[in-house]
Amino acid sequence: MYVRTAATCIGLGVAAIAIAAGPAGAQTPKRGGTLTYMIPADSPPSFDGHRETTFATVHSAAPFYSVLIRVPPDNPASTTEFVCDLCTEMPEPTDGGKTYTFKIRPDVKFHDGSKLTAKDVAASWQKIVFPPEGVTSARVSYYAMVDKIEAPDDSTVVFRLKYPTTAFLPALADPFTWIYKKEIIDKDPHWYQKNIMGSGPFKFVSYDIGQSIKGTRNPDYYHKGKPYLDGFVGIYAAKQSVRVEAMRADRAAMEFRGVPPSARDELVKEGGKEIVVQDSDWNCGNIITPNHKKKPFDDVRVRRALMLAVDQWKGAQALSKIAIVRSVGGIVFPGSPLAATKEELQQIAGYWPDIEKSRAEAKRLLKEAGAEGLSFELTNRNVDQPYKFVGTWLIGEWKKIGLNVEQKVLPTGPWFQAMRSGSFDVVVDANCQSVVNPVLDTGKYLPQSVYPESYGGYEDPKSVELYQKMLRETDPKAQRVAMRAYEKHTLDTMAHAIVTPYWYRIIPMQSYVKGWKISPSHYLNQDLANIWLDK
Amino acid sequence: MTTTVSDAALAGSTGEARPSWSRAALTFLRRRPLGTVGIAIVLVMFVAGALADVIAPYDPEENDFSAMMEAPSWAHLLGTDQLGRDIFSRLVFGARTAMIVGFSAAFVGSAIGLVLGVASAYFGGWFDLLFQRVLDVMMAFPLIILALAVVAVFGTGVFNVILAITIPLIPRCGRVVRASALAVREIPYVDAARALGFSHARVVLRHMVPNVVAPFLIMLSAFVGQAILAEASLSYLGLGVQEPVPAWGLMLQGGAEEYATTAPWIAVFPGLAIMLAVLGISLFGDALRDALDPKLRDR
Repeated sequence: MYVRTAATCIGLGVAAIAIAAGPAGAQTPKRGGTLTYMIPADSPPSFDGHRETTFATVHSAAPFYSVLIRVPPDNPASTTEFVCDLCTEMPEPTDGGKTYTFKIRPDVKFHDGSKLTAKDVAASWQKIVFPPEGVTSARVSYYAMVDKIEAPDDSTVVFRLKYPTTAFLPALADPFTWIYKKEIIDKDPHWYQKNIMGSGPFKFVSYDIGQSIKGTRNPDYYHKGKPYLDGFVGIYAAKQSVRVEAMRADRAAMEFRGVPPSARDELVKEGGKEIVVQDSDWNCGNIITPNHKKKPFDDVRVRRALMLAVDQWKGAQALSKIAIVRSVGGIVFPGSPLAATKEELQQIAGYWPDIEKSRAEAKRLLKEAGAEGLSFELTNRNVDQPYKFVGTWLIGEWKKIGLNVEQKVLPTGPWFQAMRSGSFDVVVDANCQSVVNPVLDTGKYLPQSVYPESYGGYEDPKSVELYQKMLRETDPKAQRVAMRAYEKHTLDTMAHAIVTPYWYRIIPMQSYVKGWKISPSHYLNQDLANIWLDK
Repeated sequence: MTTTVSDAALAGSTGEARPSWSRAALTFLRRRPLGTVGIAIVLVMFVAGALADVIAPYDPEENDFSAMMEAPSWAHLLGTDQLGRDIFSRLVFGARTAMIVGFSAAFVGSAIGLVLGVASAYFGGWFDLLFQRVLDVMMAFPLIILALAVVAVFGTGVFNVILAITIPLIPRCGRVVRASALAVREIPYVDAARALGFSHARVVLRHMVPNVVAPFLIMLSAFVGQAILAEASLSYLGLGVQEPVPAWGLMLQGGAEEYATTAPWIAVFPGLAIMLAVLGISLFGDALRDALDPKLRDR
C-alpha cells in the first residue's frame, strides 16, 4: 500500500515537474561551450559600429557591446516592441511626446573594469547624432528629429526631440548604436575603428585579419546568468561554398546572414535532424535606380516603362527557388503594419496583375518617348546573392519590351563609387535596414539633397513634403494614408525607383544551437548572449 | 647601271613546285590522327560559334521560369539552368564568345609579340636589352594574374577581357620569336638586304618575319587554348563577360557550386565544352608543331 502510494506520489511528482517545465523544460539553457560561426565577409571595414553599415562589423563586434534599447532578444521578429538593455525601464514620453528620459542601470562595467554611466551613454549618442567634424556617423539622418541629448547625472539620459514622431524609438533601438567609453572617445573619436572595448556579454580575445575573431564570456555581465557560452569564434569566409562546407562538416554551427534555398536544401538533405532551419522575411531589398541626370532616364515615361516591363508576381515566385528573395512589396517592409496590401500594390505601375497589359503600356510609353529599342548598362554589385540573380532576371524582363541591356558588375567599392559619382545608367542598389522603422526605412526614396544615400540624382519637393507629413504624423491610421500617398508618388507618378522582391532570410544551423531566434534583419539580435549549446 | 634584286631572290626561292594544299592536308590527316581529332573539334567549335543563331533551338538569354533546372530531355537536350535557360543553346552561343575572345586575344597578342620579338632581335643593342627586361617583368606574373590586374584596371566586358588576355600573351610570344629571329638575323640574306639599302621595316617584315612563322604558328595555336581557358577562368571569377551573355566559364560559375549535387548538368556540360575545346586546340597545335619541324616531319 505504502509502496503503491509512494510510487503514485513519485509518478505524480514527475508528471507535475514535466507539466510545469513543459516544452521549456527541454529548453533549460546549459552553460558552457564555444560557438563557432561563419561571417560571410573577408573582414569588417572597421570595428566602429557608429561609422559602418555592414553586417561584417555587427557579426564581428556586436557581442562586445551594449546598447541603450533593443528589439526583444526573445522575440526579435517583433516590429513594434522594444526593451531595455542598459536602461532600467522603457520610458513614457513627456512634453507632448518630445522628451524621453532613460534611467541607466547602476551595475554595468566596461571590460576594463570601469563603471559605465549615463555620461558614457550620452557621449556615445552625441557622437552618433551630432558627430564632430572629421568623424563619420552613418546614421545621422535617422536622428533628424533629435534636438538635444543630455546626461544631468550619472544615471539619467534625456533625449529632447524637435517634434514628436513614432520613428524615434525604433531608431533608438538601432543595433549599431554601441555604447563607448566617454573618456576614450573624448581623447580619440577614431579609437573604436581599430580597437574593441565595450560592456557587452563577451570580452575581446583576438582578431586575425581575414581569419577569425574570438571572444570570451564576460563574468561581470549585468544580465545575470548570461551569456551562456564560454566564448565564440567568428570565422571569415566570403565564399558561400566554404561556409556551407564548414557547416556541413560541423566545423561551424551556423552563419547569421542567410543562405540561398539550394544551400539550405543541401544541408538539410545531408545533415538530416542535425540541421534545423529558421527563416523570415527580410527588411532588405534591391532597388533599381535609374539615373535621372542621364537621358533618357530623365523622362518619367522611360522610367515607368522600366517598371511596367517587370513581372513582380511571377518573378518573385520563381526567384524564391534559387535566390534569397521572396515577398513582393512596395517601399515598406511587407511585415510592417504600414506596408501596402496586395490590392493596394496592384494599383501601382509595375505591380499590375495583368503583365501583358503592363508591357503593352511600357512599349507605348517607350515609343512616345522616342526610346524604342533603348540600349543601356545596368550597373550591379559583384555579389551573387541576390544582386546578380536580380540583375539577370531584370535584363530578361526588359528584353521583353525590346530593351537591350548589358550588365556591368563592379566590386563593392567601385559599385558604391559609381552610385555616389552618378556614373551609371541604371543601378542595382540595396535598401537594407535593421529595426523595422517603416517611416525612416523609406528615406532611401527621397532626393539626395535630403537623404545622402539616395543615388537617383533627382530633386522632388513634392516627395519631401509627403515624407515630412508622414514623419510627423502620430496617428497610425492617418500615417498609413500618408504612407500610401508617398508610395504612389514615388513608385507610380514619378517612378523614381523599382522595388524588387524583398529578400528572404534562411538560416540553417546545427540543431545543438539553442536560444537564438531569427529576426527580419541580419543586423539584429547579434550579441549572442541568449545562445546556448545543447551538447 | 642599276641592279634590281627581288625579295624572293634574297630569301633564296628555288622555284621548285610545292605539293598542293589538298595533298598536304590529306598527308597531314593520315600521319597525324590526333591532330585530325583536334582539327575536327576546332571545326565543330567554329561551326557552332558561326552558326549559333541557326543551330541553337532557344534564345540563350531567355529566362523560362516554367522550365527551371530541368534534366536533359528531348525538349532541352542538355537540360536547363537555374533560370530555365536552355544549356545547349547557351553552349553553342558560348562557343562564339570563346572564339571571339580566344582567337582575338591569341591573334593580336601573338602578332604584336611577333613583330616586337623580331624587331628586338634585328636591332639588338640597347633596344633589345630594354625590351627583354620589360618582357622579364611581364613574364614574372602568371597569365591569369596579369589578366586579373588588367581587368581590375579597365573593368569587365568582352573588349576588356580580350585586352586583359592579349597583354600577357605579347611577351610570351615575343621571347620565343626573338630566339628564332636571332638565328635568322645571322643568315647572309639579311645582311644582303641591309646592304642593298632596304628599310628596317622591309627587312623585318619581308625577310625575317616569314622565316620565324613556324614557331609563331605553333605558339598561336597554343595561345588560342590558353586564351579560351583564361576567358573561362576570368568569367568563373566574375571578372569576365557578364550575365546574361552566354560564356562557358560564366555558366560554370552560376551552376557549379550551388547545384553540383541537385542539377549536375548545369556544371558538367560547360566544363566538358571547355575541356574539349582546349584539348582540341592542343592536339592541333602539337600536330602542327610536328608537321612544321623538319626533324619530325617524316616520322
